[in-house]
Amino acid sequence: MIEAQSRPAAWHEVVLATLKSNHVRLAVYVPDRVFTPLIAALHADPFFTAFAATREEEALGIIAGAWMGGLRGAVLMQTSGFGTIPNALASLIVPCQIPALIFVSERGTLGEFNLGQAMVCKTMRPVLASLAVEHHTITRQDELEFIVDRSIKQAVATQAPVVFILSPLLTGGKVFAA
Amino acid sequence: MTGSQHNAKVMNRFDLTKRLVTALKHEEAVIAGIGNTNFDLWSSGRRPQNFYMLGSMGLAIPIALGVAIAQPRRHVIALEGDGSLLMQLGCLSTVAVQAPRNLTIIVWDNGLYQITGGQPTASAGTADLVAIARGSGIAKSAWAADEADFDRLVAEALREGGPSLIGARIDGEPGVGTTDRDPVQIRARFMEGLGVKR
Repeated sequence: MIEAQSRPAAWHEVVLATLKSNHVRLAVYVPDRVFTPLIAALHADPFFTAFAATREEEALGIIAGAWMGGLRGAVLMQTSGFGTIPNALASLIVPCQIPALIFVSERGTLGEFNLGQAMVCKTMRPVLASLAVEHHTITRQDELEFIVDRSIKQAVATQAPVVFILSPLLTGGKVFAA
Repeated sequence: MTGSQHNAKVMNRFDLTKRLVTALKHEEAVIAGIGNTNFDLWSSGRRPQNFYMLGSMGLAIPIALGVAIAQPRRHVIALEGDGSLLMQLGCLSTVAVQAPRNLTIIVWDNGLYQITGGQPTASAGTADLVAIARGSGIAKSAWAADEADFDRLVAEALREGGPSLIGARIDGEPGVGTTDRDPVQIRARFMEGLGVKR
């Protein structure tokens, strides 16, 4: 739970606390500007083992191994990174029934300035739907803890991955400096 | 070819896999990459601590790294082919940065994409995978000169800790047998073998 404090908790503080309350100790990421405060907080908290992988599918392999070894893990990536993982999802995570927790910082919508990002974003939900992978687009702070907490519990209970797409409506996104 | 790779004896993957399995006395975990690598591990005798990858080419080492982080007191061995490693070279630098003492990587290098029709890999005459590993930061990386040297390197890795990488030049003999292709069962047995309850 988030401690009582004078200001409302930031989205990344809610994610961190929810990971912790669900005993998710490993976080492997490919860096993303919007996720920077979450990544910094994961590094700063000794509860977590947090480090960068060179590629998103590598990060998925690492947390798959960790799960099988008894350690819960999450992967953090950007929308464009999602484009690199369908094979790892379809041939490792889904068939082996690994409850991978995947956080995607959503680019490509709501003010995107890079066409490459915008196109990859369009592939994301159809890919997840075609693999029947549970996924939630989170736009509201007041729903964040509920969705993440319940979905982590469901992932573990049903041995299935879940993808959290964190919308710019939640995180502020990345803004084009015009 | 460069350095000791040129002088390393061409050996046989199934023979070396059996030598490896014989050396495992402490329920070490073994993660085998797709194709002939896991076929030969399967045929070397079923162990509950073996994980046979059925897809996700290139991810044997990342999976092994995850197991090594989760279970720091258990030694973990990744078996990977040259083509698979070339697909995911970045994982070597991730291993080097994390530097798990309980992780050993063994690379079977026949210079071939063997199972897809024998097309040459970059390691057939140009890329030196042990040099790449060393350059990635895995200082304990060496080619096995022959079978006895392979046994010695395995014993050293298990005794002294890692991370370490052993390169073995191998012939083009096909894998022996094939794994059962039941990923849920493979995963469940592996977790049981590691003493993990869901």
